[in-house]
Amino acid sequence: MNMEPILKVQNLSMDFGGLRALDGVDLDVAQGEIVALIGPNGAGKTTFFNCITGIFPPTEGDVLITPPGKKKSKRLNGVKPNKVTEKGLARTFQNIRLFANMTVLENVMIGHHCRMHSGILGAVLKGTSTVREEAWVVENSYLILEKIGLADVVNEFAKNLPYGAQRRLEIARAMATDPFLLLLDEPAAGMNPHETEELDELIRKIREQEKISILLIEHDMKLVMSLSDRIFVVDYGRKIAQGTPDEVKNNRSVIKAYLGEDIDA
Amino acid sequence: MDYFLELFLGGLTRGSIYALIALGYTMVYGIIELINFAHGEIYMIGAFTALIVISVLTLMGMNTIAILVIAGVIAVIYSSAYGYTVEKIAYKPLRNAPRLSALISAIGMSLFLQNYVLLAQTSDFLPFPNLIPDFEFMEPIAYIIGSTDLVILITTTIVMIGLTFLIKFTRIGKAMRATSQDKTMAMLTGVDVNRVISVTFIVGSATAAIGGVLIASHIGMINFYIGFIAGIKAFVAAVLGGIGSIPGAVLGSFVLGWTESFATGYVSSDYEDVFAFIFLVCILIFRPAGILGRSERHEV
Amino acid sequence: MFLNLNQIKKSFFVSLWFMFLTFPIMVIRVNPIEKIIEWRWNNLLLVGVGSFLISILWNYMMQRRDYGSKAAESGMEKVPSMHRLMHDKRIYVPVLSVVGLITLIFPLVFSMYQTNILVTALIYVMLGLGLNIVVGLAGLLDLGYVAFYAVGAYTYALLNYHFGFTFWMVLPIGAALGALFGILLGFPVLRLRGDYLAIVTLGFGEIIRLILENWNEFSFGPSGIAHIPRPSFFGMDLSVYSATIYIYYIMIALCLFTIFVVNRLQDSRIGRAWIALREDETACQAMGIDKARTKLTAFALGATWAGMGGVLFAAKTTFVNPASFTIWESIIILCIVVLGGMGSIVGVISGALVLILLPEYLRAFSEYRMLAFGILLVVMMVFRPGGIVSDVRRTYQFKGSTRTKS
Repeated sequence: MNMEPILKVQNLSMDFGGLRALDGVDLDVAQGEIVALIGPNGAGKTTFFNCITGIFPPTEGDVLITPPGKKKSKRLNGVKPNKVTEKGLARTFQNIRLFANMTVLENVMIGHHCRMHSGILGAVLKGTSTVREEAWVVENSYLILEKIGLADVVNEFAKNLPYGAQRRLEIARAMATDPFLLLLDEPAAGMNPHETEELDELIRKIREQEKISILLIEHDMKLVMSLSDRIFVVDYGRKIAQGTPDEVKNNRSVIKAYLGEDIDA
Repeated sequence: MDYFLELFLGGLTRGSIYALIALGYTMVYGIIELINFAHGEIYMIGAFTALIVISVLTLMGMNTIAILVIAGVIAVIYSSAYGYTVEKIAYKPLRNAPRLSALISAIGMSLFLQNYVLLAQTSDFLPFPNLIPDFEFMEPIAYIIGSTDLVILITTTIVMIGLTFLIKFTRIGKAMRATSQDKTMAMLTGVDVNRVISVTFIVGSATAAIGGVLIASHIGMINFYIGFIAGIKAFVAAVLGGIGSIPGAVLGSFVLGWTESFATGYVSSDYEDVFAFIFLVCILIFRPAGILGRSERHEV
Repeated sequence: MFLNLNQIKKSFFVSLWFMFLTFPIMVIRVNPIEKIIEWRWNNLLLVGVGSFLISILWNYMMQRRDYGSKAAESGMEKVPSMHRLMHDKRIYVPVLSVVGLITLIFPLVFSMYQTNILVTALIYVMLGLGLNIVVGLAGLLDLGYVAFYAVGAYTYALLNYHFGFTFWMVLPIGAALGALFGILLGFPVLRLRGDYLAIVTLGFGEIIRLILENWNEFSFGPSGIAHIPRPSFFGMDLSVYSATIYIYYIMIALCLFTIFVVNRLQDSRIGRAWIALREDETACQAMGIDKARTKLTAFALGATWAGMGGVLFAAKTTFVNPASFTIWESIIILCIVVLGGMGSIVGVISGALVLILLPEYLRAFSEYRMLAFGILLVVMMVFRPGGIVSDVRRTYQFKGSTRTKS
């Protein structure tokens, strides 16, 4: 069991021109945890994800990861998004970004890209190692889809799936990259209560069975309170609170940020 | 020194013509993010229409400068009509289609219009009379700049001023600016987006037509293919200046005009066209938004 | 039918509009040299009636198109019949056999002229499949593809002229140089997206053509290079007739090779990476795919076929000059890919055959060829943007899963 947090973000700041979108944010995720990042709209949560995953290099601060089982931490600042995924951080997007004109299965197969080795020559000649690798990828993708519950639509085009299924497919695709930390950006957005419950179960299953830690951005408070081990709260780019669900629920700054005013005032 | 001045003014004239055409490209791109490949053909049709009107009027025995003005007006009317129609047929149905489809449709329209004029008229080069009289006061400097050049420069300036006025101070201008920034939002605030788009095409076609008539007078020859070449150059100019930006189109046009003029004057006239493209490629690689363009950020 | 009074009234006004619009150009024909004006009033009538009828047809087709898209949204999408046909063994095996047989005996039955036409079409098949990798699979809008074609052709012409290289020696070199240029031209455009990419590649294509046209010491300028030898048969030189047949069979072999390779690539790790790149660049990168590398491989592999095609072209026509490598060539190849169906091998082949063969066989109407081509592009994009054959992705069978819809 890793004592060092698998993700440690220190003093992260991000400037866009004159606008400071993130201001000295600290956050950490220990192995096996489900951590939530919450805050009002525009607080900088997705920007935070983008900084961690290499879409923008942060203006200040450090993003350190320590993959489970490894001793040394690696600095992730400015590393390209595809390298970040290779290192073991996978993400989903706030607005669904599936590969619409590919089948469900192929979407998940793409996730395996960075774990595969065949190149052009292998593709054309179809040597034994390539064939074996392809077969493994197909099998593994199917297994992932079974776990997610999408096994019966493997050959559908991703664009034809209903909304809830699309969200789950994004998660399946991210899982295919074999991450140790999964970053979910508003996975429950647009879901009805029943779907949200299923999502709750799914995320727990991912943590228990796949041994993947989770960092999620979410607005659905019921889901957040139910799932999270710890919660970080940001507002206007600054961290205003952190702690267990109970601690955060009763924190005055958090209430003020969401409701705009002290209830007792 | 005189040579330099001649090249400078030559470049200015070139740039003016490119600007008149480039405006159409940039305005359309700004509004519907489409490279209107058929725009050069609108310019060509303007020139042809003018020639036809001039020929008819000449045969009826009218006097000179009035013919040019009438022909110009009619050319503008017709080019605008063509621009409007092309948009309705080939672009409107593809408003929500992927960009590649609209681009191919534009290419198809360009091809169609070129051959339409070719078949309906002729493949020969037709002489275009220069009806602009040589002004007496120009004589002393006629070896540096001719009367036609002067008319081109003055007309272009007037058009620029008119266009700026339209965009900045009229209601439709404001609607055009709004639509080019955010089409959906403009629609939600009550702007008739279809009408705005049509107006954009009409205005762009009109300026191109003016350019067509002027350059036809200047060069003295037209044929069905002139739209393609002028179109590409003007397009390069629009991109250079930042496609979607009206001042950018003007700036890019003059930069291109001067580059071509000085390069052919001092270096070599063989590689005239190459300069345009090399310039284009370099600018786009180092500053894709163009000189005055807005760099786009993507939402993640 | 749906023809109601409203529709007729609308079409009537449309026809009036077109009569007005086309009046100067269609009705009046000027001849400033001889100072005569021809008035062709029958054209006015033609435009009036024609536009009236076309307007009705157009509106009808628009209604069908909009209805079709509404149906798709509600999940009622009809499975395209083309796909059913293609995958039904009872259909495609005999069809393919017949086609194969015809292909094999074609040059022996038909004239040299006909064979030459087919060879041209086959070169375009190869070009189309190559561009399909760049545009259809990877979604990179390359409008300067003809540059690689020119590279291949001039490679053969120049290597033969200066060093006496033969066809077979140059073929792999042409392919390799094509790939190299693909990478060279791909590098600067890595960060560009969509339309900007299109413009810069168009610029590259033109720059290469202009260099070939003006750098006389290197490329012999506009007059080009002539007397390029046809491929020799095991060292023997062939007569024009035999050489044409020989080239035909070489082309068939090369096309089959191209189809084989492209097919393998499409369903591989790199092929999926290309499609992911086309679908969503950001998500693609987030899934661990190196964007730059994937783009460069697409450019390189796509350009390889153009390079080879260029060598073939030089060998077939025995003469190259810059005029064969204009923007329009790039556009024609692009249209083959788009009209045929982006990403679909069968589609691209059909597109190439239709776009190249049809004009040849309709020579009587050759005047109207480009006009028809232009209209075809617009109509196809408005009513059937997916192309003749839309993209079909590979389906997989699993124990216990439902049978696939194909």
